[in-house]
Formats: sequence, C-alpha cells, structure tokens
Amino acid sequence: MLRLALLLICFALPLHANEQVVLGLSQNRVAITANFDGSEILVFGAVKREDPIPDGAPLEVVVAVSGPSEPITVRRKAKRFGIWVNTESVTIDSAPSFYAVATTGPLSEVLSAEADTTHRISVGKAITSVNAQETHENGADFATAVARIRTDNGLYALHENTVELDQETLFRTSISMPANLTEGDYQTRVFLTRGGEVISSYKTQIAVRKVGLERFLFNLSRQQPLVYGLLSLAIAVIAGWGASAFFRYVRQGA
Amino acid sequence: MQIYLPIAEVSVNAFLLLGLGGLVGVLSGMFGVGGGFLMTPLLFFIGIPPAVAVATEANQIVASSFSGVLAHFKRKTVDLRMGTVLLIGGLTGAAIGVVLFNYLKSLGQVDLLVKLCYVVFLGIIGTLMFVESLNAIRRSKRASAPVKRKNHNWVHGLPFKMRFRVSGLYISVIPPILVGVFVGILSAIMGVGGGFIMVPAMIYLLGMPTKVVVGTSLFQIIFVTAFTTLLHATTNYTVDMALAVLLLVGGVVGAQFGAIIGTRLKAEQLRILLALMVMGVCFKLALDLLIMPSELYSLGAAGGH
Repeated sequence: MLRLALLLICFALPLHANEQVVLGLSQNRVAITANFDGSEILVFGAVKREDPIPDGAPLEVVVAVSGPSEPITVRRKAKRFGIWVNTESVTIDSAPSFYAVATTGPLSEVLSAEADTTHRISVGKAITSVNAQETHENGADFATAVARIRTDNGLYALHENTVELDQETLFRTSISMPANLTEGDYQTRVFLTRGGEVISSYKTQIAVRKVGLERFLFNLSRQQPLVYGLLSLAIAVIAGWGASAFFRYVRQGA
Repeated sequence: MQIYLPIAEVSVNAFLLLGLGGLVGVLSGMFGVGGGFLMTPLLFFIGIPPAVAVATEANQIVASSFSGVLAHFKRKTVDLRMGTVLLIGGLTGAAIGVVLFNYLKSLGQVDLLVKLCYVVFLGIIGTLMFVESLNAIRRSKRASAPVKRKNHNWVHGLPFKMRFRVSGLYISVIPPILVGVFVGILSAIMGVGGGFIMVPAMIYLLGMPTKVVVGTSLFQIIFVTAFTTLLHATTNYTVDMALAVLLLVGGVVGAQFGAIIGTRLKAEQLRILLALMVMGVCFKLALDLLIMPSELYSLGAAGGH
C-alpha cells in the first residue's frame, strides 16, 4: 500500500504534462463546390500518455475551429429624420469569419477565465477590439454586436457537452460549417484541460477552398474583371436572343 | 437544390432563383417593363447583398432587353437617332451613378441610398400609374373623347435642335440627354433599366409617338445596363454570374409566357395590377426604413473611408 501511494505521489505532479493530444480529422480540406450546402467535419483523437490516468480533476477537451480573421467595420443605426440610418461606425481590429467551440462540459467549468484569456478560446476572446475600445466609448458594444450577428447567422457557435470523451482517452466531436462559408485556412485547436487549466494543446488547419467553376469564376472576377464583365454580358445577350429565337420557333412550329 | 453563389458568397436555393426570375419575367412580359425594379428588391429580401443584387440585376436586364429589342427592330419601332442621343446621356449618367455608388459605399450609406431611391421612385410611379389607370377606366366607361396631348411646351424653345425622323420630331437634344443622364444614374444606383421613368418621360416630355417609345427605350437600356455591368464588375467585383444566369433563364422563359398572358388582359386592368404591385414593394421597403430594426448593428468589410 505504501509503495503504491508513493508511486502515485511521484507521478501525480508531472503526469499532467505527460498527456498529449493525438488528433484526426475526417477531412482537412473543405471544397466549396457549386452545390455546397455546408459541411460537417468530424474531429477525433486520443490522449496519449505513458502513465496511468491521474486522479483529481477529470480530463476535459475543448475543440475550437476558427476561420480567417479580418478587420471589419461595424455600423450602428439611429433614427434620423424619421428613418433608420447608419450613423456611427467602428472598425474592429480582427474577427474570425467563422468560429465554433465544442467542449465536453460547460465552458466556464472546463476552462478557467485566465486560461481562456491566455489561449483566446471563447468567442468573445477571439474578437480583437482593442483599438475600437480605445477610440470609441461604446467600442465593446460594437464588438459584442459582431458576436451576436454572426451567432445569429450560424457563423459563431458554442456547443457545450458535444465532445464525447471515453475513458478519458478517446474523444470525438463534429463541427458543422454553414453554407455561407468564406474561403481560407481554418485553424483547428484542441485543448486538454484539468481543473480549468490547459495541460496540452494541438493545432492544425482545415483548408476551405472554392473549387471548379466557383474557383474559376471568382478568380476571373478578381484578376480579369473586364473579361469577366464581358463574359457576363455575352451570356446575357446569348440567353436573351436564344430564348426569343427558341420561343418563336416553338410558336411557329405549333 | 442549394447553389453557392461565387461572388455573393451565400448559398441560395436554385429553384427559388429560377422561380423569382420566372415570376418577374412573367410580369415583365405582361406589362412590357424590364422588371429590374421588382427583381432587385426581391433579391434584397432573400438575402443577396444589395451591392451584388444591383450589379447582377443590371446584367440580367441586358438579357431581357436584348430579346425585347429584337422584336422591335423587326417591327421598325426603334428610333436609332433618339436612342443614340439618350444613350450618350445614359452612359454619362451611369458613370456618375457608379462613382456616387462607390462613394456612398465607403460611407456605409449605400443600402440606404438604394432603398430610399426605391421607396421614392416606386412610390411616385406606383401612385401615378394607379391614378392614371383608374381615370382611364372611368373614361372608357364614359366613352368620352381621348385627351389631346399638348404639342408645344418649353422643350421646343431650347437650342441645338435635331431632326428625329422616326419619331417625327424636330427638338433640342438637351432634354433627351438630360433624361438619359437621369436614367443612367438610376440604373447604376438601383440596378434597374429605368424604363419605368424613361417611357413616361419620352411620351410626356419629349412628345414621342407611343409606338416607338418602348423599342427606343429598350435600345438605350441595353447599352446603359451593359455599361453599368462592366463598371460594377471592374470597380466593385459585384457581378455574380451564377446568380445572373439563374435569374435570366427563369426571366426569359417567364417573359414569353407573360407576353401571351398580357395579350389576353385589358390594358387598364394590367396597369392597375402593376401599380398595386409597385406600391406593395414600395410599402415593404418603406416599412423597413421606418420601423426600428431588430438589429441596430450591421457588419461590413473594413477599409475605404
């Protein structure tokens, strides 16, 4: 008994650092095709450890997927001359185009506030609005508006209790990406926590790309806008002429 | 079936777009209007960003006007000379309109501008049309003599006169150029052909014979909207080809059926229907501006001040 206790004491402290994430993704590329209707990505993995599962606070897993971050302008409407008009605008330094967090339990229990700040995990922390808050007295309102609007659009989401963890070793979750997705590299981070502290993390990327016709049209519109415009017009003229010719033919035939 | 629009970057149901195109096409065939002033607000309602809706709709109008003008060329009801004068004004106006559009976009006021333009013009046109066709119905019931059009107004006193043979007019080029500029600006800002403004202006202001008005306005609209499409495509990158194709496939098919339906209804009844519809769209847009929005904040791309 004594030996076992000693053994446990010896291992208990450094053990935390000995738990590492081994991660798998059902796909590391998302192709936006013409009939793209959103995507579901399965994030699964295991906790690698040399030693037995330590006692104490249970192991928790947090998965965060974040789209490319960009500065955005947030405008607020106010009533002027009887109608609602954009009056104030604030530029938010950076906000991800997509953000999803999945956890094994309630986020506040799984992650301490300090750990959240350090690793910038929750939605509020993922939006940087330092400048906005300095330059505008209500800067914080504008930052929360970003989170609210994007949550309403299904772009930001917190899914608590959606990561399944078996035997404190195997975990899996699925992150659903909506249809109105933008291109870019989506950072996928996995955190292992115990007692609210991050003990191990892992980072990888999911590449979201337009492919095929979508890719071709988008590139053409940016790189050769004149050609793109002329092509659009040519299609319009041909369609207009073709339809009237076709219907004339049908009517004469009938 | 969902389709991802490459430029608008939203996913929309393809059949919804085909249906909308078809519906507006039927209406435009019935009433002989481009339908841009109905389609663009409908695109706002289904969640297409206004900038993309306006630019793409300009592209779609090219298609519907092209099929229309072919028929008018065959009937020789296009006044090419008048059309060219209107066009010179129109191209100037479209350029001004796009500059204005881009400036207001940088201020974050472009949605407001587009919607205000719609409310104002749809309101005016809808009301005028409604009153006019009610009177027409009343007149036809009383079977009184047709109202005579004034042949001489201030338009005839202006310099730079030019002879327009097809229209049988000898008038100054200033009024048609101004009409063209005005319609060009509207085309760029509202994503419409502007026929609903130009046709009354040609009849009542320029005194053109009614039979050449529609063909000539279509002729002008094709080039102005084509120019607008190119300007939006090269400066804003907001022309969505996939969206345009779906709308115009629905639109050109719908227009053919609309034309058949149109011949079976009475002109006054048609106009009352159109007027009611125009006022309905206007009312919905006005409501959006007047009622406190549920979300006061809106997001836009950063940069550009």
